[in-house]
Amino acid sequence: MCLAIPAQLVELRPHDQAVVNLGGIRKEISIALVADVQVGDYVIVHVGHAIGVIDPEEAEKTLALFAEMQAVAGADGQP
Amino acid sequence: MKYIDEFRDGDLARQIGARIAAEAHPDRNYSFMEFCGGHTHAISRYGVLELLPPNVRMIHGPGCPVCVLPIGRIDLAIRLALERGAIVCTYGDTMRVPASDSLSLIKAKARGGDIRMVYSAADAMALARANPQCEVVFFAIGFETTTPPTALAIRDAAREGLANFSVLCCHVLTPSAITHILESPEVRQLGTVPIDGFIGPAHVSIVIGSAPYEHFAEEYRKPVVIAGFEPLDVMQAILMLVRQVNQGRAHVENEFTRAVTPEGNLKAQALVSEVFALRPSFEWRGLGEVPYSALKIREAFAAFDAERRFDLSYTPVADNKACECGAILRGVKKPTDCKIFGTVCTPENPVGSCMVSSEGACAAHYTYGRFRDIPIVATSATTEEVSP
Repeated sequence: MCLAIPAQLVELRPHDQAVVNLGGIRKEISIALVADVQVGDYVIVHVGHAIGVIDPEEAEKTLALFAEMQAVAGADGQP
Repeated sequence: MKYIDEFRDGDLARQIGARIAAEAHPDRNYSFMEFCGGHTHAISRYGVLELLPPNVRMIHGPGCPVCVLPIGRIDLAIRLALERGAIVCTYGDTMRVPASDSLSLIKAKARGGDIRMVYSAADAMALARANPQCEVVFFAIGFETTTPPTALAIRDAAREGLANFSVLCCHVLTPSAITHILESPEVRQLGTVPIDGFIGPAHVSIVIGSAPYEHFAEEYRKPVVIAGFEPLDVMQAILMLVRQVNQGRAHVENEFTRAVTPEGNLKAQALVSEVFALRPSFEWRGLGEVPYSALKIREAFAAFDAERRFDLSYTPVADNKACECGAILRGVKKPTDCKIFGTVCTPENPVGSCMVSSEGACAAHYTYGRFRDIPIVATSATTEEVSP
């Protein structure tokens, strides 16, 4: 039920509608629940509605945190 | 796919697992509740448990909206279709939840009820527009993630004067359920669910933000880490919880900063409060009556409230006696503690609600974890060594 997926906005349409692309699949969704989204943004799509937007900088920070752990593990000689 | 694959890296997951094992004190146990069914699903599907040391235990919470929907509410929807001739629309998961008289929505459909599975509330509205001669009822369930799309449908229906559309509202609230778990007298009496911290919901928190959990951290001294639904997110959250416990801290931390802010989605929140108000009490399957834990449609939108429109009155119905869903939803029992798990009750023929949705604790364990219960005995190798 709460499983929602990040998908990229590829087209804005009238009446708060938009098209997302998810690994090649295009689907029309509603963007009435999110403020100021642009083509190219990644939105979290749940039951046909964008409910939030992915912050690319924060995503990078989280991935950097994981990369740091990998570096520490490498230095320690751990698996 | 971007923002999915990079959070599923197996090597990294093993490294986070090794870090958890290194930092968890061997002389104590850690019990964390993942509230959300999405996390339960991720933990089972990606084998997260195998990467955790034995003294770190995950307890499945009641955060699967289908699992906590009581029988009496499904009965209302079934009766609207069978007795009142309404077209009842709902999400796919809801269709198979067992209800009274050996019925479910899908079985009521087989008996001639016009019951349709929809992908969104907007699809239910489209059905109402296409069938002006029929009453169309959207059976709306779910936590704070699914609530804003329902609010939007009700507001849009009011704006366009869609006279044959209404909503049977069963939307429930996460923070009040967590409070109930922490305060519930049954849990205190049983004393078997020591919870050291919570993994906070991912998508619910996108909508409500991280601030509503501050209360648990301060009032109950329980750390909360909000985490995304990918396996690395869950592993990282467990590590963050272990660290908080070790340091004696109880704060709200956010692992899912790529989508969750402290204040949440303000536009969605404004719409939800325009359309919905708090219900003084609502019955949850497994938790009983929980005060101020659900939403009802405001007076201003009464025309779109199926409960008023059809003058419905709620009758509670007891669960099947053999079913342990209640205890499982409270974290008191595991799916395998239930006598009918995997025998009478399977995802193909669910008896209890935890077996219905793939996010339910029983369905997740049946699908991805049940073979772990069988001990592996390497007999052939031993025989070969002995016989020559």
